[in-house]
Amino acid sequence: MASLVGSRVERKEDKRFLTGKGRYTADINLANQTYAIFVRSPHARASIKKINIDKALKSSGVVSILTGKEIADDKIGGLIAGWAIRSEDGTEMKCPGNPPLAKDNVNFVGDPVAVVIAESLAEAKDAAEKVEVDYKILKAVTSTADAMNGDTIHEGIDKNLCFDWLLGDRQKVKEAFDKADKVISIDIINNRLIPNAMEPRACVADYNAASEEITLYTTSQNPHLSRLIMSAFGNVAPEHKLRVVAPDVGGGFGSKINVYNEDIVCSWAAKKINRAIKWVAERSESFLTDIHGRDHVTHAELAVTKDGKFLGFKNETIANLGAYARVFGTVTPTYLFGPCATGVYEIPAAYTNVKAVYTNTAPVDAYRGAGRPEATYTIERLVEKASMELGIDKTELRIKNFPTAFPFKQTLVHTVDSGDYVAGMEKAKQMADYKGFEARRKESEAKGKLRGIGVTSYFEACGIAPSAAVMSLGCGVGLWESAEVRFNPTGQVTVYTGSHSHGQSHQTTFAQIAADELGVPIENIDIVHGDTDKGTFGMGTYGSRSLAVGGIAIVNACKKIVEKGKRVTAKMLEANPEDVEFKDGEFIVSKSNKKKTIGEVAFACYLPGVRDEMKSPLPEGDEPGLKETSFYDPSNFSFPAGTHIAEVEIDPETGHVKLEKYTACDDFGRIINPMVVEGQVHGGLAQGIGQALYENAEYDETGQLMTGSYMDYTMPRADNFPEFNIGYTCTHATTNPLGVKGCGEAGAIAAPPTVMNAVIDALGGQEVTMPATAEKVWKACKNLKKSNSKAA
Amino acid sequence: MKDFNYHSAKDSKEASKLASSNSAFLAGGMTTIPSMKLGLATYKDLIDIKNIKKLSGIKVSGKSVIIGAATKHVEVANSKDVKKAIPSLSSLAEGIGDPQVRNRGTIGGSIANNDPSADYPSACIALNATIHTNERKIEASKFFKGMFETALKKGELIEAVEFQIPEKSSYQKHPNPASRYAVVGVYVAKHKSDVNVAVTGAKSCVYNDKEMAKALSGNFSSSSIDGMDLDSSDMNSDIHASAEYRASLVVTQAKKAVDAC
Repeated sequence: MASLVGSRVERKEDKRFLTGKGRYTADINLANQTYAIFVRSPHARASIKKINIDKALKSSGVVSILTGKEIADDKIGGLIAGWAIRSEDGTEMKCPGNPPLAKDNVNFVGDPVAVVIAESLAEAKDAAEKVEVDYKILKAVTSTADAMNGDTIHEGIDKNLCFDWLLGDRQKVKEAFDKADKVISIDIINNRLIPNAMEPRACVADYNAASEEITLYTTSQNPHLSRLIMSAFGNVAPEHKLRVVAPDVGGGFGSKINVYNEDIVCSWAAKKINRAIKWVAERSESFLTDIHGRDHVTHAELAVTKDGKFLGFKNETIANLGAYARVFGTVTPTYLFGPCATGVYEIPAAYTNVKAVYTNTAPVDAYRGAGRPEATYTIERLVEKASMELGIDKTELRIKNFPTAFPFKQTLVHTVDSGDYVAGMEKAKQMADYKGFEARRKESEAKGKLRGIGVTSYFEACGIAPSAAVMSLGCGVGLWESAEVRFNPTGQVTVYTGSHSHGQSHQTTFAQIAADELGVPIENIDIVHGDTDKGTFGMGTYGSRSLAVGGIAIVNACKKIVEKGKRVTAKMLEANPEDVEFKDGEFIVSKSNKKKTIGEVAFACYLPGVRDEMKSPLPEGDEPGLKETSFYDPSNFSFPAGTHIAEVEIDPETGHVKLEKYTACDDFGRIINPMVVEGQVHGGLAQGIGQALYENAEYDETGQLMTGSYMDYTMPRADNFPEFNIGYTCTHATTNPLGVKGCGEAGAIAAPPTVMNAVIDALGGQEVTMPATAEKVWKACKNLKKSNSKAA
Repeated sequence: MKDFNYHSAKDSKEASKLASSNSAFLAGGMTTIPSMKLGLATYKDLIDIKNIKKLSGIKVSGKSVIIGAATKHVEVANSKDVKKAIPSLSSLAEGIGDPQVRNRGTIGGSIANNDPSADYPSACIALNATIHTNERKIEASKFFKGMFETALKKGELIEAVEFQIPEKSSYQKHPNPASRYAVVGVYVAKHKSDVNVAVTGAKSCVYNDKEMAKALSGNFSSSSIDGMDLDSSDMNSDIHASAEYRASLVVTQAKKAVDAC
């Protein structure tokens, strides 16, 4: 049987999605359901003086109106930060309470203060307009850079500072800088982004008074984790009385990791009114209240020798957390950022210092790449600047500082098990025709255009993550993954995974893996996920972990099935278990022609015994049935890496940047399905290029979101991109049996510095902040013209 | 969205009769419906004019192109006759919004709304259009009054727009990358006796840039407007583009348009 791993198996999920048969949360309608509308703060910072619901209660169709008072009375808990971060001085991070409905204070535009539940959506909307909230408006803090000088947002949190964290050794760095021939320094802004999943958030909560069980259908990347948080911290219901179902989910990108206010409020309220409640976000609510991403202000320096060896690196960053610290809010700018800050280079001394600040803006949390795009942007902008200042070719300078051997012990935290960065660079250069750039630049020049080329070499730590490591760094849970493989008596297989697919194609790729391991046709394998009542447990999907952690749990469970199958075959065929081999779905007694198919073995496991022709006795010590579970805890992160090269052409008259060429050469380890990986790379690139050229979340000084719709927030579209030139090198991960590394975030990590390095190259080294909009680039072109004419 | 009465008029006369101080004509609904959904506009009566046959269609004669008010953008974009008579007009229609908007939005709706960043008003100015209503004929130069303001009176319904076929013309838009509305769009048309340089997106209302038109009347070449320093004091400034940048774009887009003629 040919191996399915590595082939372009068509997606099993496409038929239902392409024919409109996907079943999303908003498609779920329960008998007698009600509709919820949230009353949200129109102010970025205010205290709530009074809420008057009298008029709204009289409005037609209203079932109930609940506020922060009721939620506090019922002792329902608030939203939490999942990682405890310690400051450099040893003190614990400072987190404010974040009740699901604000009671005393609101801290960003969109912060919910009440929920209106009515018989119809229209009636809920009408009534919500009649809820009168008397606010005392307070001065908002909105700037990341100035947050520490603003008014104190949360009582007791001085300077709006959550923590002041250090990774690395300041003294060693100082010594390295003292020895340097040259110091390259840079000030950069990592612009705030809004994830914009295609499907807005939604939930449907149901209460069964007979079983006293709450069922919550919700748009989540991690239903078990949501249940755990809602139960342990939200006090909504004990875990065994709370079922969380995340059916088809239309994209997450990190924005659907969090348990949100609406999940807790609707679950709690459904029990209170003893009726189902449905809530579906409008797009404008998504803009205001989904978690946002990035938003760093950074000063970084690189100490170098005159021949281009890197000696030391420092990174001083202010990271905006928004109004509250959420699940991955505190780890994103620390352990997902700092350890990757030195990039793919051997730098003997380094430190990263992060001050995480609160502002009156939407909470900032993990968004595709989470911390690693910010880290990569910093080091790769610095290296590009170093190449300009030292006059060393940008690819040569990088190669000069690549590690020479693997495992590569990184400066700060990670030990990278495998990779070949030079091979990736050489292949990328060839794919991009790096040598031919100068000729293309001249062609552009002849047309009156400016052409630039940009390079990025990146690595990322994903496959998140070894439990022992992350728990020692402050994580509130272990980040293993579980899988359960169940055979039916008639030979089909159901695989339960704790990972969650919201666009990642698990139904196909996980089935490819199980088909290879078990020798069962892929049509006979179903992948089940997203329901806490079905699978054992799961930590969910984020951090490019599904394959490298969840996939390995499936492999391990399959191996247990095979081991049992060998024992059962041995008993059936009267052989020694050690003499039974398994290949392509058959158990064969070596040096004989005796064999059983895995289907026959499964059947035997469910019908153990001997009668006439049927002989399927189970070996002593084995129980009937064929079902195995695995909890896999990785021994290390996995480390995809690669080199990307972009070319842009700029029209100096308008400042318009045209992305002419984009080459991505990535090392993802073993690839399960090249077609799915291409899709992941394309999506990541679209979001990374979006950050570099188009996307920007902007608040005004009063905390109003200026880019709250697609009229003002630029989502990139297909016509903004060239045909992507995608290639791979492959070194297998040595820390997992499949040799896989993960591919979901690479594009979003590598693309921003690649594109910006090209833009800045075209502009003769002039700094431009992301997104490089036409107007910013036009201004830079004018400066260039001025300085050129001066030089002439 | 608040409750309203929906009427489908069978002819202009009925549509006009149904109109009141609290009504709106509905064609494509590309602005009206979102405005109502967002609570920015409320009407008691919506009078649908899409079913009035007379209001749709394209007629091309030797001198002019007449487009019915309820004709959709996609119909203008795909019309071979328009493409032949005024290619720049069909390419303008092809660049409005997105396929959904082009499949529903209408020319009459666009100019009656007079959004400062809309594309069609610039075509009207550049192509010396005459707006035919159920009551009168209005010259384009007297039709666009200010931001979202036109010469239309209550109950007055646009029936058709008549464009003069120029010797040559071109529309060049620098689109807002998010909304794809014009940050600045410049429609240059050279007629037998005059040149128009219609600018949309730059100010509160579409206008004919007399200074550039004059320069181009003398010498119809982009060199005659190159480096022109326009007054930006009354130009729009927002998060997408400053007034200074818009002023520069007006000249750049005008040059591109002349070169493309």
